[in-house]
Amino acid sequence: MKSKSYSLFLKDYHSELRTRYAINSLAMFIIVAISIIMFAVGQEKVSESLTGGLFWVVIFFTAMSGLSRAFVSEEERGTALTLQLLSAPSTVFSGKLIFNIILVFCMNTIIALLYSALFETFIIRNFSLFILSFVLGNLGLAISSTIIAAIIAKAGAKGTLYPVLSFPILLPLILTSVQLTLFALDGTSIEQAKYELAIVVSYDVIMLTVSYLLFDFIWKD
Amino acid sequence: MAGIAFPIVENPHAWYEFPFIPGLEENAKIIFFHVPTAWLTVVAFLVSTVYSFKYLRKKNLDDDAKAYSSAQLGMVFCVLATVTGAVWAKFAWGSFWSWDPRQTSIFALLLIYGALFALRSSIESEDKRATLSAVYSLIAFVTVPFFIFIMPRIMKGLHPGSADDTNAGPVVNFKMNSSMLLIFFLSLIGFTILYFWMWRLSYKSIIYRDKLDKKLIRG
Repeated sequence: MKSKSYSLFLKDYHSELRTRYAINSLAMFIIVAISIIMFAVGQEKVSESLTGGLFWVVIFFTAMSGLSRAFVSEEERGTALTLQLLSAPSTVFSGKLIFNIILVFCMNTIIALLYSALFETFIIRNFSLFILSFVLGNLGLAISSTIIAAIIAKAGAKGTLYPVLSFPILLPLILTSVQLTLFALDGTSIEQAKYELAIVVSYDVIMLTVSYLLFDFIWKD
Repeated sequence: MAGIAFPIVENPHAWYEFPFIPGLEENAKIIFFHVPTAWLTVVAFLVSTVYSFKYLRKKNLDDDAKAYSSAQLGMVFCVLATVTGAVWAKFAWGSFWSWDPRQTSIFALLLIYGALFALRSSIESEDKRATLSAVYSLIAFVTVPFFIFIMPRIMKGLHPGSADDTNAGPVVNFKMNSSMLLIFFLSLIGFTILYFWMWRLSYKSIIYRDKLDKKLIRG
């Protein structure tokens, strides 16, 4: 099963490299979103707590613009049925999840680098806490957006419905991640942030379990 | 009332005793509407999730009708709880909205209900609509504990039972006298009965309408 989901991931990876649709649109979206924020800010000095929040604004909207591709592209190309015949639902979900996790990590690393280059107040004082919350937050973001993408692909309206459905599901994760990013910018120790970290870990575990349990119902027509 | 009760009860004046809750004064009376509506928002969501789960197991469209009508009522009560809460907040805390953890969670519930209806209206096929909305409401349901139980205890808030609350615990147990408690629980029970009655009417009308439609199509 492991190798099957890996080969499914490879398939997505190769078809992505052929067109570079998701990568290009995500990269452009990041630049557009950050430049809008830069223009809106203008000459004002952005406070530290505001950059932490704005960081997650860009992450959320970038994720919403690109992560639904994983399943929507299968429906568009009409390959969903073939995939249903070839492999078990959990295999499909794992393959898509690996692809989205890698996409989210690339995307958020770029956003973090751009933020620390462009905003003077975005200085990470506790690096290990930032990395920890970054990894956990990205995993949660990838898991939730993959399962919602599967729902969206089966439903009719694809574009606008995606952020509408994802936002309430992602809200606990985003609220805690904003808090954790602020802690990392302030230089709070990991010991003091342990409750927030516990929330994010439990969110990841719960969403992963629920996604695997419910994906069968979405995938089988 | 007192005239009739006087011979039977020892102290009928206790019936009229209706002291203000300290710190809330006359504003406190809205509690008899606000708490039941907030409670029913959660109950309706729970009922909707239970029937969504039932639908996924048995694939019976009647269960979907029950889940859907419960979600509709939940949306109504959610709006009522938000509005009564905002009005109360204006007089008790000074502003209509202040992103207190419980206000954030009722807002998230409002968004979840809204997203559920948006999802339902986007799908034509009956079975697909029922399945996908059932799956979505189950996914949304697992995030509810984060809002209701975890957030208020971690973030600082204004509602009773928050992380920095020194009064320890809900208003209900500590600061109401017996006649207030009686009205409070009567209101809670009354609203709950009202919900179940409306829910029954609503899902029955949906089920009958579907049956009638199928009859008309078959001729």
